[in-house]
Amino acid sequence: MNDMTITRAEREAKLEGMGCKRKRVEDIRFTQGKGNYVDDVKLPGMLHGDFVRSQYPHARIKSINKDKALKVPGVLAVLTAEDLKGVNLAWMPTLAGDVQMVLADGKVLFQNQEVAFVVATDRYAADDGINAVEVEYEALPVLVDPFHSMDADAPVLREDLAGKTEGAHGLRKHHNHIFEWTVGDKDLTDAAFRKAEVSIKEMISYHRTHPSPLETCQCVCSFDKIKGELTIWGTFQAPHVIRTVVALIAKIPEHKIHVIAPDIGGGFGNKVGAYPGYICAAVASIVTGRPVKWVEDRIENLTSTSFARDYHMTTEIAATREGKVTGLRVHVLADHGAFDACADPSKWPAGFFNIVTGSYDFPTAHLAVDGVYTNKAPGGVAYRCSFRVTEAAYCIERAMDILAQKLGMDPAELRLKNFVRPEQFPYHSALGWEYDSGDYHTAMKKMMETVDYASLRREQAEKREAFKRGETREIMGLGVSFFTEIVGAGPSKNCDILGIAMFDSCEIRLHPTGAGIARVGSKSQGQGHETTWAQIIATEIGIPADDIMVEEGNTDTAPYGLGTYGSRSTPVAGAAIAMAARKIKAKAQMIAAYKLEVHEDDLEFDIDGFRVKGLPERYLSMKDICWAAYNSPPPGMEPGLEAVSYYDPPNMTYPFGAYLCVMDIDVDTGVYKVRRFYALDDCGTRINPMIIEGQVHGGLTEAFAIAMGQEIRYDDAGNVVTGSFMDFFMPTAVETPHWETDFTVTPSPHHPIGAKGVGESPNVGGVPAFSNAVNDAFSFLGSTHIQMPHDFWRNWQAAKSLGVV
Amino acid sequence: MTKTHVTMTVNGTQVEGLVEPRTLLVHFLRENLQLTGTHIGCETTHCGVCTIDIDGMSAKSCTMFAVQAEGSEITTVEGMANADGTLSALQEGFRQMHGLQCGFCTPGMIMRAHRLLKENPHPTEEEIRFGIAGNLCRCTGYQNIVKAIQYAAAKINGEEFKEAAE
Ligand code: FES
Ligand code: FES
Repeated sequence: MNDMTITRAEREAKLEGMGCKRKRVEDIRFTQGKGNYVDDVKLPGMLHGDFVRSQYPHARIKSINKDKALKVPGVLAVLTAEDLKGVNLAWMPTLAGDVQMVLADGKVLFQNQEVAFVVATDRYAADDGINAVEVEYEALPVLVDPFHSMDADAPVLREDLAGKTEGAHGLRKHHNHIFEWTVGDKDLTDAAFRKAEVSIKEMISYHRTHPSPLETCQCVCSFDKIKGELTIWGTFQAPHVIRTVVALIAKIPEHKIHVIAPDIGGGFGNKVGAYPGYICAAVASIVTGRPVKWVEDRIENLTSTSFARDYHMTTEIAATREGKVTGLRVHVLADHGAFDACADPSKWPAGFFNIVTGSYDFPTAHLAVDGVYTNKAPGGVAYRCSFRVTEAAYCIERAMDILAQKLGMDPAELRLKNFVRPEQFPYHSALGWEYDSGDYHTAMKKMMETVDYASLRREQAEKREAFKRGETREIMGLGVSFFTEIVGAGPSKNCDILGIAMFDSCEIRLHPTGAGIARVGSKSQGQGHETTWAQIIATEIGIPADDIMVEEGNTDTAPYGLGTYGSRSTPVAGAAIAMAARKIKAKAQMIAAYKLEVHEDDLEFDIDGFRVKGLPERYLSMKDICWAAYNSPPPGMEPGLEAVSYYDPPNMTYPFGAYLCVMDIDVDTGVYKVRRFYALDDCGTRINPMIIEGQVHGGLTEAFAIAMGQEIRYDDAGNVVTGSFMDFFMPTAVETPHWETDFTVTPSPHHPIGAKGVGESPNVGGVPAFSNAVNDAFSFLGSTHIQMPHDFWRNWQAAKSLGVV
Repeated sequence: MTKTHVTMTVNGTQVEGLVEPRTLLVHFLRENLQLTGTHIGCETTHCGVCTIDIDGMSAKSCTMFAVQAEGSEITTVEGMANADGTLSALQEGFRQMHGLQCGFCTPGMIMRAHRLLKENPHPTEEEIRFGIAGNLCRCTGYQNIVKAIQYAAAKINGEEFKEAAE
């Protein structure tokens, strides 16, 4: 029963539990092209739907004529808003409490807005059909600049809201105003600024960008008229929420809706929201009685779904001459496009932006956010971050550098001086959060030591002198950034989506032979859950990870969960997994006690089974307990070994990190080179270091793209000028820098295994590191802040405006 | 639209089909032949997830018509495993070096890397980075993809793979 020839370490290694660089089980199918993504789903008789889209950013629709389109071979139906009205689906609720047209109802509000849905036998016929739909528009004045949204003579965008002074989040001050959100103590903050020895003020913009995973958004809807059941395969980061929302708006009973999210080709927030394509495909399937597939193309993805950021943040810091911060005041103008479809927990109109005090001990702070409408695509998402945390981190990290510059202090020193101290945790921020744990000083110092920060600064000083002497045309920047993420949405006491509380779940079933299945409410889009979830279970109950199959994404089989975004999987679903495993372990212990004829308390868990304390040879392995659970349980005990856990976290988790970017910029060309990038992350307990490192690489690459070039841009007439990968910067292997990763471990005190989540940290911390590097490079020439993205052209412009070229 | 008859060899098997002249090769592979390993990410030659090997060259199958492939020899990711069904050196390299996350770019990456290593069995890191510059990945930051290709190169050349120190 107890093979004493195997060492402890060997038994542990066999489990491939937490902390082990277990190779991913997913890769076996992905490397062979055997993944099953939505576009791979094919059903008999399946039709294809595609959209007629508006080339106008703002126009009245005078008429839509479908006749010619309906004569195109292969075209079966053309849906317009009028058709959707018949089933009450012309408009849909958004995640932010607004409503959004599914198909243009009377007018269009942004370029490429969905106007009609053509359903045909294949995608080529659908395309022919689209070209044959005749739409007559009357152009209306276009509003592009959010700073003019609330001008007295600004065009009225949302006629449906005419006369409404109350929005989902309070008063509307203007016909293009969505909400005003204020947090913090205004009087105290104003007083801090009146008393301040030093203060800074800067308008810091975080431009509009886009998650653009390589797989676009798509779905297949199949309605079974006889059974009254709707099955939807889709690229959903949160399949259960989609099911509930469909049930609520389509009035189909929830148990008759089957949502399946198969393999997903990247999400990054893009696949959280509900898009018109899903609704139209479902309606089209009901109308035609056949399955309907909708696959978004790349232009549609970039121009009509899920933009991110577009925050314009006027930021002020008050401080003492010694560099101790005394107050923070931020006003944000948030451009939410034509419909407020931003993905945020219901009570947070600007998400967790109030984490904007960052890693610093601000005694007081005040924040106000104004959301406004413009003629741009709706649907702001938390792109690789937890609900506006990237914007907040960028804002404070840029502002701290500006303050350091004003004080003539080193930016790293300024940060060390103002960090929340280890003994202050759990720390209550001035804007209402309770940080669970952290050790910022250690992380920062480790970073500074590893990169030899002091000598980099010396080198920079020498280079600056050489530049002034005209010996070089290259300038050097050191981008320091320190961030605190807020992830793990969330405790139902303060987080919900459209009233749906944000817990997560896991069901584990162990089979008699000691293998089992875990079904989880999260949904991987590349995070490797099939691998890591099994590792948690392996450590918790002593069954090798290889013997645990992990399944996600099917609402018929997985317990109700809120899905994967905002780095919530490990903090919430990961906890649910550990808790379900512990329930199993508790029952296993009772069974073991019965079998070994001792009291439960006389047993101790030992890697892969239970052992009688003090009698090491009396031992029962988990595999044996599994068999016993089914075939010879203690009298009176229910057979079986399975458990479900729904985990509602008591708090968010707060991973943090210290990053450094070393950059050289040629002032004559604006060409930059990232010479070095170092990222230290503390995400608490590390489940699979290989996967964490991979996530950090990926997040840094996205941060690099955003800071150094990627932008969704509109011209003055409201045309999207970055609608393809030709003009929307996607870094290739050539320009992507080399990444150095490092870590410290400060477990979360309230998470069952101490894990905090990491996937988005590198994006949150990375963007300010790049931007600070560019700004630091130019700072000795007298510049305080240059807006992102810092592409070659803008760098050159900056050099020009500073008079060095 | 009138259809045209095409024949080609895909992963060693002679195949045929009726396609419209405008049918893209990637659609022919995915829809007619059910070879869904070749993905679609942009349909504009920018992302590379549709990369296949055709007559000894890498090509993006989203920007070729099926009729242009008449008579050619095509390899897709489905043809990359060893004859006994085990993972080939490249596929193994991606798994060992964690060269993938969502896996969506992976078939295209593998097909490109396959041709790259045929053309240059001993590539430097820089040559690998340039060699795969037509293939985007949103998840991995490329570093591990480069390592995966280095691993495969070493294995194919019968050398020992040594991970470069960080
Ligand atoms: S789908 Fe062919 S290159 Fe993107
Ligand atoms: S692994 Fe997701 S795009 Fe490369």
